[in-house]
Parts: sequence; C-alpha cells; structure tokens
Amino acid sequence: MSHEHVLVVFPHPDDEAFGVSGTIAMNTKKGVPVTYVCLTLGEMGRNMGNPPFATRESLPKIRKKELQAAADTLNIQDLRMWGLRDKTVEFENPKTLAARIGNVIEEIKPTLIITFYPGYSVHPDHEATGRAVIRAVEQLPEDQRPVVHAVAFSNDCYEMLGEPDVVNDVSSVSHQKLEAIKAHRSQTEWIIAAMAEENPEKVPEVLKRINKEQFWTYKF
Amino acid sequence: MQPITLDTVQKEIDNYLNQDVYLHLETTNGAYASHFNQSFFSVGAYIRNAKVNFERGIITGDKAPYRAGLKIELGWVYAEGLTHWEVNEDGQLLLAGHDAEGKLAVALQLSPHPFE
Repeated sequence: MSHEHVLVVFPHPDDEAFGVSGTIAMNTKKGVPVTYVCLTLGEMGRNMGNPPFATRESLPKIRKKELQAAADTLNIQDLRMWGLRDKTVEFENPKTLAARIGNVIEEIKPTLIITFYPGYSVHPDHEATGRAVIRAVEQLPEDQRPVVHAVAFSNDCYEMLGEPDVVNDVSSVSHQKLEAIKAHRSQTEWIIAAMAEENPEKVPEVLKRINKEQFWTYKF
Repeated sequence: MQPITLDTVQKEIDNYLNQDVYLHLETTNGAYASHFNQSFFSVGAYIRNAKVNFERGIITGDKAPYRAGLKIELGWVYAEGLTHWEVNEDGQLLLAGHDAEGKLAVALQLSPHPFE
C-alpha cells in the first residue's frame, strides 16, 4: 500500500509542539501529507506575560497566528481550526464530535492517527478529544481502522500502560521541531528562556528528551 | 494592559452603568495545577456573555490587587485579585489579575456587544 496520510487531532494550538512536531516533520519530509485538526484556539491560556503582551480577548488571535506559523514550519498543508472553545470540549455532544472526526477520517483515509490517550492525558480537553477520536475509529470495521498512536503523560501512565511501544528518533528534524516550539511563542517563551539559561531545573522533562517522541499504540 | 489606577478604571466602569452589557467573569488555577501538585485543590469558574445591567459598579482596595463589585438587578457580580486593565480595540473594558509570573488568575470584562 503506497498511500499514506497522517491525521493529527488535538484540542490546543501547541499540543503538537513538544511531543509530536518532530514526527510530523519526519512525515512531511518524506512526502506523507499531514492533516492537523485543532479543535480550539487555546482561548483560555493563562500566560499573559509580565509585563502583559496579551489579554483574554487578544490571546486567541495571537495563538491562531502562532499555530499557522508552526504548521508552516512543519510543512503541514492541511490545517483545520474547528473553532470550539478552550476548556469546553468535554461538554460538547460526544457523539456529534466523534461523527465530525469520523467525516474527516472518511474524507482523507488516514493510515495513522495521532491524538491523546483517553484516561492518561491530564487536561479535560485532551481527554475529550482522545475519546472522540477513539469513538470515531471504533465505528469502522476492524480491518479498516487506521493505527492510532496516542500521547499520554498522566502521572500514572507508565504504571498503567507500560513503556511506550513507539519511540521515534526525530533528531534529523530537530531544527524544525525547535522552530515549531518557538512559533508558539506566547506559550513557550519561558521554556525557551529556561533552555537558553541551560538551567536543568527549569527545563521540562519533555525537552530533555527532545529528540525522542513516544507514543502508545491504542489497543481497541 | 496596564497596572490598574483606581480613578481611571472607575470612570471606565461608570460608562457601563444602567444599560444592558455583556459580562465575562473567570477565575482559574490552570488546568495543570493538580497534575504538578497532586495535593492542590484546583478550582475555577467561568461565565461568558452573561447579559447584565448594573446600577452601581465599584473598584476598590488600598493597593493592588484590587476588588470590583457590580450591583445587578437581582444580585451581585464580584471579583478580587485584579491587577491590570485595558480598553481594547473593540471598546471592551478588560480587567484582569495576573500573578507574579504573568499568568492570568482572574478576569472581569464588560462589553457593549457580545464577546466573540
């Protein structure tokens, strides 16, 4: 089968940055199209800066531009912003949301889907997004289901899921990955600063292993 | 946004007296507070585009952070921890409380038309 297409479904504009952007870049580099469905614009982000560079009302406009810039950096040709509201995804009708994702699956026929692992992804929007994607894939006959690589980072994820079975070495695109992280400046500026300081206490774990991206293959 | 000065912000609040206006009110610890500190009791509340009409609106406090209260027809709207303000390009009055790291913890906003 020569056809390959990756579908990425996340609720917030920077959800792909740390753990998935390298994998996206690896795919677009080898000519595999990537469709990124981003459910909200992260309207409820808290980092406004000191002194403030954003307000509750200007933040979504800023983050929309950042998302587009990150997508450009990663050569994502098909970026879809669905306009849901940050922190409300779990209150949407799960059937409707799953059906909407199902329509995208039917349209682009992805061979791989990347989303959050329901139960192990901490933020209620992550959980609701992962649940909706899994629900949509479950509607398909077993032999037609794309592989789902799920992102998990809850405190108990290793205990419950074991070690991740997919670890992608993304060192060949690390420059692109760093650019994508920097594109989400409103969210990542403090992290970039911590990296520049080379302060190991401030640099989050996820950046210490920036060249390794890990996933758990979802078992239906 | 700028640090709140009471007189200036009070005048802006007065512009909204006795008319139907749209309210955004929010408090938040952030979605990850309990993830990073499992003993942390994370709370938040949020209302967007509530239509209210207030006859009295006051911002007060000896020093930042400040408190604001709006006396509406059948009750009250209240926020504490306010540090910054702005009238944005859409003519909306934005009040917010930012912690030392510049993270928003509370917001009280008024608009003559619905928030986007």
